[in-house]
Amino acid sequence: MSTPQANHVFRALADPTRRAIFEELTRHDERTVHALTRHAGVSQPAVSKHLTILKRAKLVRHRREGRETHYRAHPDALAPMSDWLRHYSAFWGDRFDRLEALLQRMNA
Amino acid sequence: MTTSNETGTVVIERIFPHPPEKLWRALTENSLIAEWLMKNDFEPVVGQKFQLRSDPVAQWDGIIDCKVLIVDPLQRLSYSWRTLGLGSVVLFTLTPAGDGGTLLRMEHSGFRSDQQAAYKGATYGWKKFLGNLEQFLERLD
Repeated sequence: MSTPQANHVFRALADPTRRAIFEELTRHDERTVHALTRHAGVSQPAVSKHLTILKRAKLVRHRREGRETHYRAHPDALAPMSDWLRHYSAFWGDRFDRLEALLQRMNA
Repeated sequence: MTTSNETGTVVIERIFPHPPEKLWRALTENSLIAEWLMKNDFEPVVGQKFQLRSDPVAQWDGIIDCKVLIVDPLQRLSYSWRTLGLGSVVLFTLTPAGDGGTLLRMEHSGFRSDQQAAYKGATYGWKKFLGNLEQFLERLD
C-alpha cells in the first residue's frame, strides 16, 4: 500500500469543492482555470489553491499554452485509495470472522 | 455481510446471534479485543490514546496509533486509526436485531476526523461523483 499517496488522495477529495473541480475535469478533456472558476462558483485564487492540492495528489495534470494553463483529470491517481479500500475490506472481513468465533467461545 | 466503498469508506455489517452486551464486551475488553482484533492497551474513555499491535512485517512495525472518539455503551464506539502516516476513523454501531441478536456495523473511513463534518454533508455529492467517474472511465475504454 502506498499510504502517503493514499493520504494525499483522501485529503484532496474530502473537500466538496475540490471534488466538484475534479469531477468537472473528468467530464472534459481539458479545462482552463477560467473555465473551472466559472463552474466552481468560488474565486479564481481559491480554484488555483484547490488545483495545487489536486496536483499534489496527482489527481490532475497541467500544461501551459501561451498565457493559459490547461488542466486535465488523471483518475489513475485514485488507485492508492482503491488499494486502501480493498485492503481494509479484506482485513475487516477476516476480523469479523474471528469475532464470530470468539463470541461462540464466550458462550461455552 | 456487506462491504461497500461507495462513499470512500469500508462498511461491513453482520448480524451476530448474541446480545449487544456480549458484543460490547468483545469490543471494549483488552483480552477479548486481543483475541479477534489485535493486542492493545485500549480503555473505554473518550480522548484516551492507545495502540493496537500486531507482529511486525516488512516495512511495517505492526503498530496502529489510536485515540478514543466515542464511547456510547452498547450502542456506539469510535476511535481514530493512524498507521504508516495515514489517519482514518473506525466507527462501530450496535443495533438489537431481534431474537437476542445484534447487528454490528463497522465503518472505516480514510477521511481524517476533522474532515468528517464536511464529508458527511457531502455524501450525496460523493455518490454522484463516483457514479460520474464510472461513466468517465467507461469512456476511456
